[in-house]
Amino acid sequence: MKRIIALVMAAAMIFAFAACGEKEEPDVKSEGVMTYAEYVAAALDSEVVIEAYVQGKQSWWDNKATIYTQDKEGAYFIYNAACSEEDYAKLTPGTKIKVTGYKSEWSGEIEITDATFVIEEGNYIAKALDVTSMLGTAELEKHQNEFVSFKGMTVEASKDADGNEAAFLYNWDGSGEKGNDLYFNVSLNGQTYTFTVESYLCGQDTDVYKAVEALKVGDKIDMEGFLYWYNGANPHITSVTAAK
Amino acid sequence: MRKKIIASATAAALALCGLLTLSSCHGSRGLEPFEMPGELDPERQYTITFWAKNDTNKAQTNIYAKAISDFETLYPNIKVEMRLYTDYSRIYNDVITNIATQTTPNVCITYPDHIATYLTGVNTVVPLDELMDDPRYGLGGSEVRFDSPTREEIIPKFLGECEFGGHYYALPYMRSTEACYVNKTYVEKLGYELPDELTWDFVWEVSEAATAKAADGTYKVNGQNVMIPFIYKSTDNMMIQMLAQKGAGYSDTDGEILIFNDTTRSLLTDIASHAKTGAFSTFKISSYPANFLNAGQCIFAIDSTAGATWMGSDAPLLDISADSIVRFETEVRMIPQFDPENPKMISQGPSVCVFNKKDSGEVLASWLFVQYLLTNDVQIAYAETEGYVPVTSKAQSADEYLDYLSRSGEDNSTHYEVKINASNLLLENVESTFTTPVFNGSASLRDAAGQMIENVTKSVRRSAVVDDEYIDKLYDDMNSLYRLDQKTSAAGKTELGPLPTEAKVLIIALCAVWVGIGAYFGVSEYKKFKKNLQKS
Repeated sequence: MKRIIALVMAAAMIFAFAACGEKEEPDVKSEGVMTYAEYVAAALDSEVVIEAYVQGKQSWWDNKATIYTQDKEGAYFIYNAACSEEDYAKLTPGTKIKVTGYKSEWSGEIEITDATFVIEEGNYIAKALDVTSMLGTAELEKHQNEFVSFKGMTVEASKDADGNEAAFLYNWDGSGEKGNDLYFNVSLNGQTYTFTVESYLCGQDTDVYKAVEALKVGDKIDMEGFLYWYNGANPHITSVTAAK
Repeated sequence: MRKKIIASATAAALALCGLLTLSSCHGSRGLEPFEMPGELDPERQYTITFWAKNDTNKAQTNIYAKAISDFETLYPNIKVEMRLYTDYSRIYNDVITNIATQTTPNVCITYPDHIATYLTGVNTVVPLDELMDDPRYGLGGSEVRFDSPTREEIIPKFLGECEFGGHYYALPYMRSTEACYVNKTYVEKLGYELPDELTWDFVWEVSEAATAKAADGTYKVNGQNVMIPFIYKSTDNMMIQMLAQKGAGYSDTDGEILIFNDTTRSLLTDIASHAKTGAFSTFKISSYPANFLNAGQCIFAIDSTAGATWMGSDAPLLDISADSIVRFETEVRMIPQFDPENPKMISQGPSVCVFNKKDSGEVLASWLFVQYLLTNDVQIAYAETEGYVPVTSKAQSADEYLDYLSRSGEDNSTHYEVKINASNLLLENVESTFTTPVFNGSASLRDAAGQMIENVTKSVRRSAVVDDEYIDKLYDDMNSLYRLDQKTSAAGKTELGPLPTEAKVLIIALCAVWVGIGAYFGVSEYKKFKKNLQKS
């Protein structure tokens, strides 16, 4: 009996190691749909058709939805796609959608605008990619809009427009109030970066909003969020926890 | 870092406005008209809400906070609670949502176009005429506990912008216009001399020249991979001002929509041709003009004078990394003109209105706070935060303000030259400014004006053809999307036009029936009377 158990465990370990080394198989795209590589290669202002899975919903307004989506190879930011409120409710994390729109750039952020979409069969939720080591490198931009994580960073003081120091600011210069975007500084290896809690994506009642409001200068934290771009990396953070 | 807020709020506002109108038809009588109370009861505690707009500028929020604190010291029984916004359209939508539930703020920073929509509610916004003229609590009134401006001291042109439907529904708070912030270094590098007055022809010509590329694919003028020579922030203003300069139709005070004309068609075609070459783009399509200007990737950046602190190599407010900034000489010019001898430019900037409440004392308390926002302390301090100008002659002629203007260029913060030049641009050209007619729907028309430029610009970038057929469809789309075919008057009531023939026939028939009934009744009574007479 012991032999059988040992054999089963050994076999399980072998399979487990094999799975660790396995890379996710890319999606098979429907006819007429671009691969992620084709999307990256497409010219700005050209029409694009992609299939991806909803990872986060930023806002719905005036029958337009702004959504973070991703497939197994990369991410797509869908800005102000035509969307009824009823359809927006169906866009739960993992939902597969086929999007037709135009590849655009706004302050360095590559996005799909003037888009329409249809919901398809399929479900996928991306694991956060640890990009801590890519901070400050050109490599980071290749992961624009992906769900990413940053580990072991230190909260640094932010200065408002009056020169007052704080662990976070409401709006970029401290001109806002509770409910506005939160801006906070975090450092790693002597370099400081500004991260954001985007209030449309994570409002004042969310855990991450409250967690950032509770930060103190010097705290060591791990973070997850979407790698938004605004004249450079401007991650939209969705979770903050004490560093492990 | 400034935030990307491009949500088109108008359609949602229209929908809400529609609901509001319907609800007022179905039993909701709204508030009674405001009546001036005898006095502000000193024994009562008033709490008023103030929805304020700032330009994501800490100095501005500090000034609001100080104004509230100083006002509360003068009036210990009035507490002001402020809610901050950075976007007019958000205030607009929130106000409309709250009209239906009678939970509007007491005081609100706004645009006259928006007030016209608020007026679709019953007695929603207080007409200020009586309050302004009240000898005790009015402008410069005997019971006002601060140095309030008199009516005559408010710049007449600015005050006039708050009058519509025969009443004043707001007071101006700050005024600005648009300016063209120019990279003079690049204009000269391209072989041109920057004139004192820009024409559209000049701006287009230089912009086209700046699209020339070197053999390595970079732009000759800046040696970079990016160059958008001409970027316009508010395309609604662009269209409105171009039409005004051309003397072409936009709308009239009765709410008649005149924008879908041949001049507009010609302007759109011209703009599309420059967008196609890459000489022109917009904020909505590319991003903030200031970011491109400061990075040496734009030559003509048109934005509000209230955005001057973001413009130029030494701008005190920056949205791009320091290593992206390029050194160049910044000049501030009036927006391009078709006829420089008769310049025309928009007058814009926040105004402030008072919402009606059941408690007239609360309204009076709100009115006093509005007046306080026009005192020299608030006016001068706020005007200095950006390229705004104060709205009172009292503040404009104050030694403190004149000293501020005279110190242009002394530093790159309070006395930043570009900012003070922008303020001077408006101060020197107030008589050349104009506003568009205000009516229920004028905010939508403004959005449509800008959207047409956005659409043609986007379309040509995407290789579509902008021709007459395209523009015919664009006109139809705009009419439909912004409901511009539903004509409304300045007072907010829908004008239904002449009665249809069927209705006229029905009314005449009803009248005839009533006349018949009357005649029958008269004859019957006469017969009774005659019979009684014979009996007696």
